[in-house]
Amino acid sequence: MSPRKKKVEWKRADGRELNELRPIKIESGILPNADGSAYIEMGRNKIIAGVFGPREMHPKHLAKPHMAVLRCRYHMAPFSVDPRRSPAPSRRDNEISRVMRYALEPAIFLERYPRSSIEVYAEVLQADGGTRCASINAATVALVDAGIPMRDLVVACAAGKMDGRIILDLGDYEDKKGEADVPVAYMPKLGKVTLLQMDGVLSAEELEQCIDISIEGCKQIYEMQREALKKKYGIEEEET
Amino acid sequence: MSRYGIVSRLKRRKVQEAIASGKRMDGRGLEEHREIVIRTNVIEKAEGSAEVYLGETRVLAGIKIRVGAPFEDTPDKGVLVCNAEFTPIASPTFEPGPPREESIELARVVDRGLRSSEFVDFSKLCIIPGEKVYVVHVDLYVLNHAGNLIDTSAIAAIAALKSTMKPVYKVEDGVAVPTGKRRALKMRKLPVAVTMSKIGDSLFIDPSADEEEVMDARLTVTVDDDGKICALQKSGSAGLTPEEIKRAVGIAVERAPEIRGKITGSE
Repeated sequence: MSPRKKKVEWKRADGRELNELRPIKIESGILPNADGSAYIEMGRNKIIAGVFGPREMHPKHLAKPHMAVLRCRYHMAPFSVDPRRSPAPSRRDNEISRVMRYALEPAIFLERYPRSSIEVYAEVLQADGGTRCASINAATVALVDAGIPMRDLVVACAAGKMDGRIILDLGDYEDKKGEADVPVAYMPKLGKVTLLQMDGVLSAEELEQCIDISIEGCKQIYEMQREALKKKYGIEEEET
Repeated sequence: MSRYGIVSRLKRRKVQEAIASGKRMDGRGLEEHREIVIRTNVIEKAEGSAEVYLGETRVLAGIKIRVGAPFEDTPDKGVLVCNAEFTPIASPTFEPGPPREESIELARVVDRGLRSSEFVDFSKLCIIPGEKVYVVHVDLYVLNHAGNLIDTSAIAAIAALKSTMKPVYKVEDGVAVPTGKRRALKMRKLPVAVTMSKIGDSLFIDPSADEEEVMDARLTVTVDDDGKICALQKSGSAGLTPEEIKRAVGIAVERAPEIRGKITGSE
C-alpha cells in the first residue's frame, strides 16, 4: 500500500467525534456569600457563576413596577486568556452580558418579584472557546441554587463548521480556525431557543444542521445540570 | 453581612465581648488563624496560579508574563504589576465596576510586600537593558470575602509566583526572540503578610468579615524569610499606641514562619 494513496482520516484537534461534547463538570452551591452559585468546567473552560436576589433594586429608578429586572454580567479574569487582558469590561463582554440576559430571562418567573433585581455574574477564570455557552450553563444552575422559580433550565452549546464538517461544541482552536460558530441556548422542556448567534458563513442547510446538533448537545448537558443540582439538594434531604 | 456597612449594636457588642474575653465568635483564640488551603497550577493558561482558602475566604491569583518596556528610572530591571479585582460574586456588598479604594489598597499592600522583599532579582528579569524586560502581572481575583483579604491575597500571590514558569527569551541581533522554553522564577524571598486587628484594647490576627466590620483599626505587617519587615499598612479610623505597634510587629514576626511553611509545603 503506497502511503500516497492512503487518505489520512480527518480528526478534530482533540480527537473528539463530530458530535461529541468536551468533558463537562458542574458543581452547584460553591460560594458561601452568593444566594446561588455554580462552577463549570467545559473542556478547559473554568467558569464560576454567582446569583444574588431577588433583592432591592439599586439604583431604584431602574426597578420595574410589574416584574423583577434580570441583570447579567459576563467578565473575564485577566489571566483567563493568553496574552493577559485588561480587567475593564470590553465591548465583547458587554454584548455577551446582554445576550446572556436574553437567554436566561424567558426561563425565569420575573413577574413574581416586582420592583426587585436578580443579578447573575459569570466570572471566566479560564477561557477555551465557548465561554458564553458555558457561562449560561453555570448561570442556570446558580439561579436554581438561589431558589429562583424557573420554567425550565436553560442549556447552551455551540456548533460550527471546520474543514467543511459540522461539529459540536467548538474548542478554542476550532473557534479560531473554523469556518463558522453558532452558539445556541435552549430550553429542552419548552422546546425554545433563547440564544442564537453566528459568525462565519454557512448555507441554510448547514445552519439547520448546526442548530439540530447543538440542541442534541444541549439535551446531554441538561442531564448534567440536573445531576449537579440533585447532588447538592439530595444530600441536604438526607440530613433533615 | 450588611449592605451599607452598618453594623447592628447587638452584633457589635457580641463581637467586642468575644474579643475582650479572648475567645472569638468562631471559637478561635486571638492569635489563631483559620485553616489555610493552597492549590497551585489551577489555571493552565496562566504562567503561574494559586487558589488560596483562608477559612471561607477565597482568592485566586494568576500570573501572566509578557515582554515589555522597562520603567525609565530602572532600565535594567523587570517590571511587577499587581492588580486586584473584587468580583461581585465574592460578597453581596461588592458591585461590578472600576476598582474601589479597598481593592486598590489591597493590590498596593501586596505589591509593596513583594517589591520591597525583592522576592526575585529584578535585574535577572531584564532581556535587553533599556528596551525589553519581563513584565510580571500578578492578578488577584477575590472569589469569596469572609474577612482578611490582604493576608489571603499575599499568600495567593507568593504561592502563584512560586509556581510560575516564565517563557525564556534570547537575544538575537539585538532582538528578543522566544526560545519556546520555560523556566521557574527564581524566588529569593517568600514575604508573608500578617494582618492584626484591634478591637478595644485587644489585638488579634486573621479577622473574620464580622470582626472587620466592628474593628477599630488594623495593621498589616509583611515579614520576609529573615524576620525583617518589608511592608506596613495601618488602616481603620482608630489610633494605635507605639506599644501596640511593637506588639503587633512581634506577633507578625512570630506567626509568619508557620504561614510560610504552608506555602513552601504546597504543591
